[in-house]
Amino acid sequence: PFGAEFRRFSLERSKPGKFEEFYGLLQHVHKIPNVDVLVGYADIHGDLLPINNDDNYHKAVSTANPLLRIFIQKKEEADYSAFGTDTLIKKKNVLTNVLRPDNHRKKPHIVISMPQDFRPVSSIIDVDILPETHRRVRLYKYGTEKPLGFYIRDGSSVRVTPHGLEKVPGIFISRLVPGGLAQSTGLLAVNDEVLEVNGIEVSGKSLDQVTDMMIANSRNLIITVRPANQRNNVVRNSRTSGSSSQSTDNSLLGCVQQVEPSFEPEDEDSDEDDIVIEDNGMPQQIPKAVPNTESLESLTQIELHFESGQNGFIPSNEVSLAPVASGTNTETHAPDQKLLEEDGTIITL
Amino acid sequence: MMKFRFRRQGADPQREKLKQELFAFNKTVEHGFPNQPSALAFDPELRIMAIGTRSGAVKIYGAPGVEFTGLHRDTATVTQMHFLPGQGRLLTLLDDSSLHLWEITHHNGCAHLEEALSFQPPSRPGFDGASGPLSLARVTVVLLVAAGDMAALGTEGGSVFFLDVPTLTLLEGRTLLPDEVLRSVPDDYRCGKALGPVESLQGHLRDPTKILIGYSRGLLVIWNQVAQCADRVFLGNQQLESLCWERSGSMLVSSHSDGSYAVWSADAGDSPMTQPTVATTPYGPFPCKAINKILWRNCESGDHFIIFSGGMPRASYGDRHCVSVLRAETLVTLDFTSRIIDFFTVHSTRPEDEFDEPQALAVLLEEELVVLDLQTPGWPAVPAPYLAPLHSSAITCSAHVANVPAKLWARIVSAGEQQSPQPASSSSSWPITGGRNLAQEPSQRGLLLTGHEDGTVRFWDASGVALRPLYKLSTAGLFQTDCEHADSLAQAAEDDWPPFRKVGCFDPYSDDPRLGVQKVALCKYTAQMVVAGTAGQVLVLELSDVPSEQAVSVASVDLLQDREGFTWKGHERLSPRTGPLPWPAGFQPRVLVQCLPPAAVTAVTLHAEWSLVAFGTSHGFGLFDYQRRSPVLARCTLHPNDSLAMEGPLSRVKSLKKSLRQSFRRIRKSRVSGKKRAANATSKLQEANAQLAEQACPHDVEMTPVQRRIEPRSADDSLSGVVRCLYFADTFLRDAAHHGPTMWAGTNSGSVFAYALEVPAAAGGEKRPERAVEAVLGKEVQLMHRAPVVAIAVLDGRGRPLPEPYEASRDLAQAPDMQGGHAVLIASEEQFKVFTLPKVSAKTKFKLTAHEGCRVRKVALATFASVACEDYAETCLACLTNLGDVHVFSVPGLRPQVHYSCIRKEDISGIASCVFTRHGQGFYLISPSEFERFSLSARNITEPLCSLDISWPRDSTRTSHRLRESPKLSQANGTPGIVLASRSRDGSPDPGHSKEADTPEPPEAMLSPMSIDSATSADTTLDTTGDVTVEDVKDFLGSSEESENLRNLAEDEARACAILIK
Repeated sequence: PFGAEFRRFSLERSKPGKFEEFYGLLQHVHKIPNVDVLVGYADIHGDLLPINNDDNYHKAVSTANPLLRIFIQKKEEADYSAFGTDTLIKKKNVLTNVLRPDNHRKKPHIVISMPQDFRPVSSIIDVDILPETHRRVRLYKYGTEKPLGFYIRDGSSVRVTPHGLEKVPGIFISRLVPGGLAQSTGLLAVNDEVLEVNGIEVSGKSLDQVTDMMIANSRNLIITVRPANQRNNVVRNSRTSGSSSQSTDNSLLGCVQQVEPSFEPEDEDSDEDDIVIEDNGMPQQIPKAVPNTESLESLTQIELHFESGQNGFIPSNEVSLAPVASGTNTETHAPDQKLLEEDGTIITL
Repeated sequence: MMKFRFRRQGADPQREKLKQELFAFNKTVEHGFPNQPSALAFDPELRIMAIGTRSGAVKIYGAPGVEFTGLHRDTATVTQMHFLPGQGRLLTLLDDSSLHLWEITHHNGCAHLEEALSFQPPSRPGFDGASGPLSLARVTVVLLVAAGDMAALGTEGGSVFFLDVPTLTLLEGRTLLPDEVLRSVPDDYRCGKALGPVESLQGHLRDPTKILIGYSRGLLVIWNQVAQCADRVFLGNQQLESLCWERSGSMLVSSHSDGSYAVWSADAGDSPMTQPTVATTPYGPFPCKAINKILWRNCESGDHFIIFSGGMPRASYGDRHCVSVLRAETLVTLDFTSRIIDFFTVHSTRPEDEFDEPQALAVLLEEELVVLDLQTPGWPAVPAPYLAPLHSSAITCSAHVANVPAKLWARIVSAGEQQSPQPASSSSSWPITGGRNLAQEPSQRGLLLTGHEDGTVRFWDASGVALRPLYKLSTAGLFQTDCEHADSLAQAAEDDWPPFRKVGCFDPYSDDPRLGVQKVALCKYTAQMVVAGTAGQVLVLELSDVPSEQAVSVASVDLLQDREGFTWKGHERLSPRTGPLPWPAGFQPRVLVQCLPPAAVTAVTLHAEWSLVAFGTSHGFGLFDYQRRSPVLARCTLHPNDSLAMEGPLSRVKSLKKSLRQSFRRIRKSRVSGKKRAANATSKLQEANAQLAEQACPHDVEMTPVQRRIEPRSADDSLSGVVRCLYFADTFLRDAAHHGPTMWAGTNSGSVFAYALEVPAAAGGEKRPERAVEAVLGKEVQLMHRAPVVAIAVLDGRGRPLPEPYEASRDLAQAPDMQGGHAVLIASEEQFKVFTLPKVSAKTKFKLTAHEGCRVRKVALATFASVACEDYAETCLACLTNLGDVHVFSVPGLRPQVHYSCIRKEDISGIASCVFTRHGQGFYLISPSEFERFSLSARNITEPLCSLDISWPRDSTRTSHRLRESPKLSQANGTPGIVLASRSRDGSPDPGHSKEADTPEPPEAMLSPMSIDSATSADTTLDTTGDVTVEDVKDFLGSSEESENLRNLAEDEARACAILIK
């Protein structure tokens, strides 16, 4: 249904505008307003690189010499392996690859996921300060549709005390939901004993208290566990701090595990992105009165329910948060509308 | 205060000292009616009354403000209590047959109730071989003889044991066995049958050597202790329930299980006497229930009172709870709504008086205490100054109003007096007047408002120790309910005989659950209030000193705002009566706003200065201008996926509960009243079963562990649209240059909506111009953790909360700093956050749940005054968590200051009922009928401070020793689970060690003062009874108490001043 075609139009190099506007323009030019597409370009080295945010869009426009070759693929048909180093140089005919994604490639090459999909979902941290029998796992929930996907229960564990072995109550992971974040990291397992939640010990706390603590920290949950299976522990002598355990996440969302040098309890504020909507109707994240080094999340990732239209008494602050709605009002000059059918998706500016 | 913000908590010794001067946790007093009362006693000399409960609490009441509380170590039912007259000592019998001696002792000038001794009777025979006469079976009755030095214990086996009270030791060799009594009984009466348990023991008022013993089988014996023989024997054949000795000792009256009573002559006639002088069945001729207790009181006029409980015709009125009062030809059947526990008369007990001349009758019921004035014709009820049945209809919400202006106070009091006119005669005053209240007259008036299931709001004087009812507002009259018809039918069906008279106010059955009051707000300056209920009704009322007849204007506000796809499945809205309605003096409705759908109102707030009321339900919130009587704003907060919000409350469950309760009540009443012993046996069994269940419980938990799912809250969780709080403030919402009226709303899903209001100025108090109030959405904040928003407050430039409407303009509070720099404090169930205004940026925060694993249930801003410095006070945030802990945080720094454990975390209704006052106190329900009052402030404490003139000599070493024994007097309350065992606990019921079992460690230190004491007090009391005067005791107690008194008063003054500081 999505035959190859190409268009040529011009953009003002000094004022490229925003990616969203550009994306809207492309959809407009190709008359595909409701089709999700992946946008890529050929850089000066001949690599096919993606365009999906303002930064790489600006980079692409600035490197255009003078033409910028843009590649557009329908998202559901996209071949992610097309992106990457040397993709356009080494393969003589990139179009074969792009247009016939079912071609069997002979040798696998390094694949780079879409940058927008790069997001840490879990990590092992503080390996250097924890006992080898413990593991501190950070789960990044925000923005993911995946459930955290685990359950905890009461139980008892045996501790070594000065008086010998002692049976003490503890909190354990009782179940992992298949496909959930916790399971997909591979860092947590059933019967792992939960020792700390975001730096606070759980000993002496009830199951309900620990549940509340975990839910309160769910956007940036740091659990210290004693794994039930102690064989996969990080052995410090032989590995560097850069290593981590395996990930079993095979979904499209990239999974990046990183080991951070240390865990600071105060650095847990990534859930602080309360949103305020001023009377001009634009939602904003609430800034900190005290400057803070934390990174801000992209606005579009925050689910917001603002249903002004249905409540009669609110005057004139219609809000639309759809990211592509503000399309065609830029400096982009659309070319003539008589478009040629060509065999390809290359648009020359 | 701000200077502490950046310091690490606990690192600053100066701050630690200041914290000690500001904060202290005390549970001070229990307001209301003791839950599950089981025993009653009255000391006619000291004029104090004791109530024992099934949880083992002992509460002593005298004049208003005079209160003592004690708690037995074991949670056992107090079955009997007996005052040692005039001594301030009380002997209690528990259902485990243990006896306990309590004393009111003074230290620091104030009286306290402490347990002095206890006695566990030797175990039953047959266990360690037949130990013969020493083994006491179950104690059934107790009689104090010889001015309280000796107690006679009647047992289930029919024996009477004697006990030395000062030491609580059995007097061996004095035991009166049934065989001994049977010797004076003719053979044909004996006929091989046992006499049965001892049912009654009565002492002779003038001749302490004589004891009247009544056995279950019906035998009555006047036993002479000196001669060790039966003076007289009465061969009754009816199963005996109770006995009373006429004052002169010449007549006896006995009551029986068949509903009859008999009068026996003790002076004349043969012994043994076989027939009573008179025997009647007052409610015959059809079968009647037992007369459980009977009293005979004679009067100077020559006639006498016969007062008895029970005896009702079994078939027709067997389910009634009645006390009959008969004097000459006058019979009144007092018809109560709950079970009768016990009753007594207040009458002369001086031996030289010839007549009882009863002044008052006090009846303790399961749910209330009723006192009747027997000297005023018609025997009117005397309003109780305390022991209010808070739960006369179930409490559904409560609110506290501090610093009530004197004018409003007087108007409320007068409205209350018009409601229940007081008899003018002075004789009808409260008869229980013992002790002196040493507490300073409260310098500010506190009003506690309780909303009830039946649509009433009750106003209580919560200024002092005694919670006094002031006024009752009923909203039911505005609505048409379906139950009125049935009520009138029931009235008509009632016969003239027996002459029933409804007494008491306990009425737990609500006509219509929709009438239930959910939220209450009162403006203390304009006497306007808003009452919001279960069916979405929001009622604006105004206090009027005169009755009036007027129509109430009705408006409805659609909170769904045309949302499609929602159908309300809950109850209908209430239909208001139309046309002019008569309203008595008091709060009279002006405007009724009905929310649609008619879900329960979850938040309400009133701003009398702007004439605005805001209300919220699970669907949205609305704003109403009650001066122009027009809606200003309606906003739906419902999430599209939320179906639960349309279900309505589970009213079906409630009505089922109600009908179950009623049918159980019926069943219980229709049963053969039978024997108490049998009932006790079954209750024992139940107890054992309960214990078994308790033990089994933890095992179950271990075998099948509960799981908890860990997921963040999502936006479409059910009931996310519930409006949790509403707030009005004059602050900077849109820009930093102009402040103006704003309204804030917080929801269950962490959304906060802030509206800028355009309130046309009311020129010079005139009516508002024709322009309408406008509301414009200024800001919307979504907390990312999505926890329910429980409170919102705006802080001024100095970080203080804004004063209430009118407070500043009437010079009752410091004017807020309006130079800008305002901030808004948003408290969610998980976090507290302060944001700057008008540009919303996070300033400070505290993440309670992330740190402590607990969730916020109740929160309030309170002012804490320092005990050390007269005019230093801090405003802090007080918060109660789901674990029952109270935390205090600084404002606006949100630094944790102190935290205390307050309520058991299992006590969900206690936590849900908690209300904080503005000066660092709080109330929560410890039972349906009792508020526990607690104090977080080191200075503002309301606790009983009282003294009692006690006339028995005491050993000073012993008193001082007691001081060490139980230092935590203030916490000896009836709260189950907070039982403080002040002494060591040797659980063995070994007879040889039963006395030592109560002595604390180390035993050596204890034994010597105890033995000295027992010797001396036994002697002196015997010799000096009747000679010791109040003056003697004062001398004896010495001057140290005087100075202590003074010191205490000084402390009181300091506390009282605390209240004045804002």
